[in-house]
Amino acid sequence: MIRKILAGGAAALVACAAVPAIAAAINDAQIAHIAYTAGQIDIAAGKQALARSHNKAVRAFAEEMVRDHGAVNKQALALVTKLHVTPQDNPTSQGLSRQAAATLARLGKLSGAAFDRAYVQNEVKYHGIVNGALRDTLIPNASNGELKSLLQTGLTLFTEHQKHAEQLASQLH
Amino acid sequence: MRPGRLGIALPAAAAAALALAAPASAAPRVAKPRVFTIEIRNMKFAPPPAGLRVGDQILWVNHDMFRHTATAADHSFDVDLQAGQSGRIVLRKPGAIAFTCKFHPGMKGVLTVGK
Repeated sequence: MIRKILAGGAAALVACAAVPAIAAAINDAQIAHIAYTAGQIDIAAGKQALARSHNKAVRAFAEEMVRDHGAVNKQALALVTKLHVTPQDNPTSQGLSRQAAATLARLGKLSGAAFDRAYVQNEVKYHGIVNGALRDTLIPNASNGELKSLLQTGLTLFTEHQKHAEQLASQLH
Repeated sequence: MRPGRLGIALPAAAAAALALAAPASAAPRVAKPRVFTIEIRNMKFAPPPAGLRVGDQILWVNHDMFRHTATAADHSFDVDLQAGQSGRIVLRKPGAIAFTCKFHPGMKGVLTVGK
């Protein structure tokens, strides 16, 4: 089941292949860790875009990603603190982080319009992967109602991000 | 959605000064603008109210933890709505005015404004 989280892209599948078969018994502490990690990854990508891009629309989108994902993760931290849950690292979070590090390195070699296109294309793909994971795996498996609700808010928000990224990608071609 | 009470926004002293400035019988009777509220929750605009007219005001209230905007497609208004904040516009022209959030393009609606 967890494999779905990383499905959607050859590199992601490579990362997934290294993930042990843990899937069925995912718990709230792991779900919280995965969701938080996914948000942090997109914040890091946004900060990279703000450091490298000079395109006004791309920069505005990156600012939005940093701001929105930061707001969700702030809520997530408040929730796990309230619930006395310690987010639990897991192979899926580790796979996401490895993949993100590779993407940051790849995009770090680009500049100008090439960077802008690669960043926005990756945002489209990444939000698609994360939204699929939220919809198919994380939300259905979350036990705590407040965590489930926050994940649903995240899915609504990230779906909007995906639409925005798709709009932006079409403008950059 | 609900009619607001813009009158209470006037400081009491200012209202009193206005009242003293002219005899009550000579004071112009200006219709109080109608204020309608459109709330934003869970990444959605509430349905716009019916019966809007030119001169009415819209109070946009953002209950989300995210920054939004209320941005008219015809550029007649563009309100920045920080998380938990509100903003107000005055409807200046009749017609169907499509609006969206600049940041979250799936958030949208249409104001139908009569004369």
